[in-house]
Amino acid sequence: MPARYITPLLAVFLLLILAADAQAARIGELTENDPWQQARRFFTFADPGLRLGLIGALLFGATCGLLGSFIVVRKMALIGDAISHAVLPGVALGFLWSMDKDPLAILVGATVAGLTGSLVVELIQRTTKIKQDAALGIVLASFFAVGLCMIRMIQNNDGASRITGLKSYLFGDVAVLGSQDVLTITGVVTVTVLLVILLYRQLLTIGFDREFAHSIGLPVRLLDGLFQLFLAFSIVVALQAVGVVLVSALLITPAAAAYLLVNRMHHMLWVAAAIGMFSAVLGVFFSFLGSDLPTGPFMVLGASSVFLVAYLFAPRHGRVTRWLRHRSRRRDVSNENTLKSIYRILERDAVGHDPGKVVKIDRLAGERRVARADLNKDLRRLRRIGAVKFSGQGGDVTLTGSGLKQAQRVVRNHRLWELYLTNEADYASNHVHDDAEKIEHFLSEEKVAEIERQLDYPDVDPHGQPIPGRGGA
Amino acid sequence: MSDANGHEPALEVHDLTVSYLRQPVLYGVDFAIPKGRLVGIIGPNGAGKSTLIKSIMGLVPTSGGWARVFGEPVKDQITRVGYVPQRESVDWDFPVNVMDVVLMGCYGRIGLFRRTGVEERERARAALEKVAMLPYADRQISNLSGGQQQRVFIARALAQESEVYLMDEPFAGVDAATEAALITLMKEMRDAGKTVIVVHHDLATAREYFDMLLLLNMRVVAFGDTGEVFTGKLLQQTYGGRLTVLSEIADKVAKDDD
Repeated sequence: MPARYITPLLAVFLLLILAADAQAARIGELTENDPWQQARRFFTFADPGLRLGLIGALLFGATCGLLGSFIVVRKMALIGDAISHAVLPGVALGFLWSMDKDPLAILVGATVAGLTGSLVVELIQRTTKIKQDAALGIVLASFFAVGLCMIRMIQNNDGASRITGLKSYLFGDVAVLGSQDVLTITGVVTVTVLLVILLYRQLLTIGFDREFAHSIGLPVRLLDGLFQLFLAFSIVVALQAVGVVLVSALLITPAAAAYLLVNRMHHMLWVAAAIGMFSAVLGVFFSFLGSDLPTGPFMVLGASSVFLVAYLFAPRHGRVTRWLRHRSRRRDVSNENTLKSIYRILERDAVGHDPGKVVKIDRLAGERRVARADLNKDLRRLRRIGAVKFSGQGGDVTLTGSGLKQAQRVVRNHRLWELYLTNEADYASNHVHDDAEKIEHFLSEEKVAEIERQLDYPDVDPHGQPIPGRGGA
Repeated sequence: MSDANGHEPALEVHDLTVSYLRQPVLYGVDFAIPKGRLVGIIGPNGAGKSTLIKSIMGLVPTSGGWARVFGEPVKDQITRVGYVPQRESVDWDFPVNVMDVVLMGCYGRIGLFRRTGVEERERARAALEKVAMLPYADRQISNLSGGQQQRVFIARALAQESEVYLMDEPFAGVDAATEAALITLMKEMRDAGKTVIVVHHDLATAREYFDMLLLLNMRVVAFGDTGEVFTGKLLQQTYGGRLTVLSEIADKVAKDDD
């Protein structure tokens, strides 16, 4: 990732934060009731509180995507979840310590709690036979429970004044982000991005093959510790806007979507960061539209919808993409089989060299042995690509020149393959037809040429039928 | 321990002991491998073959003893030792291509913050060429066969340009062509003065592949030139007579020796 773009970008963000601070109003304070009005205000960035929220969201959306990518490829997704729950008592402690919503105190408290959580997980794993998933479950829930109790106690003792501030940690509310918070986010994000850029190769190596990374002398434990530290930082800064319960989704979902979309780690980092930013902004937008809606759930829903799109339409492995590819292949196969049937009829009539001959639809249906409706679909497709012409009303067809060539290619592949199996692989000649039925559609020209060479340019297949030549008959 | 000519052994292991949950897995392992040999480590399942090379690399904690490379502790000589883990130890769906993986072999030498340059790419390409995988440099690793995966792992080790190589079951689950290509490559490496140590599970080929053998079953049963060590009696001792395959091989060896 080119560092030269990032410094000016951050400078712009900082300026925006300062500008916003001049008249810091909270998002939603000046709510319009008309959603269109609200949307207009959103897109004109008229609201300084909104500007702060947006900057914060863009920044932590990007880091969550970056760090989340490493988490997903290292199968550490549950660890992100555990840390994000484990930070809650730290948030409460930071609050108690500063007796205010001081972002720095909360950052320190929460990070310490988060790291303590992951240390306890390691301790349980190392000293008992309990495996990581159970250890994570135990730690996640108990830390979270402690945090909930502490927050409740603070709220009871302290009157109602700060309740909103603390409640946002549970479900997330971007409107509570002040300029102090956004400055903290900017700091954390800057260092995290630098860390990922500078240590990319080392993190990649550790992620792919820990033992190997160790064996070439990389400081694996140090780098792991550093990664966890920044993971905790990033979770904590996103916490107010997204909430403890959902913040891990912002780590995992954008990265998982990116994992489906691209094949290289550095691309994945970019794409995950972009999806993270998009989801975060989407969350801000919706919570801004309706004045009392929580931000976190909308951010997560944004990320989940991107994931759904990736799941369905990813270029290689998307479900819909795959289905379309299979359908198109099935159609090609069906077309080729119909062409082959026409060819065989012409061949039997000993007029193989005369493509102009009309083939009756009834005869073709008998030869092809499929429902008439399916046959008609094939024929219509074949006419579109110019392989057959309809002659007369009844649906009788003639092969065109290009249709004949295609038909010959398929028949040739079929008969060559039969011969190849019989001669070279010692198949009995009555066993080869079914196999050739499938393979005939997938043989490449090079393979055909190779088989031909190997069989010394044969003229007839094992059943004595002529193998049509390359150029024509 | 130096040999008669005053050369330090390429790899010397002294009284190495490894325990897992207080249960010894390896104890009192001693051997010294001279430079430029191709050595097989053989023994039954659970004999501690992988544990031995992992503990030499410092990947599992030892409870006693030491390992030295050219007379110095392994951790001070880490760039002189290349390690090839078992193929199954990594996730082959990881989003990297072949070139990315081989380049990792260069990351031990370039500093933490330095970027990989032209020279590293050249080194990686040369390594891929040696295992006949250069045409696959841009291929996603999830689209490789088992044999190709193993070739990539070996290429990554070659890119390290180390002097001593420790390979964990490089022939496990690979096709015959790959196995033949890899053993030829290992012999070339040996002829170029590298020391190659290979955990191997196939007794039938062990004798023809390796110059020296380490017969291991939680302790060293025997270590020496293949001709001296590959005897029915020692193999029987190593495998404890538990394997019928072994007795067959031992029979064959006995007959061959007649």
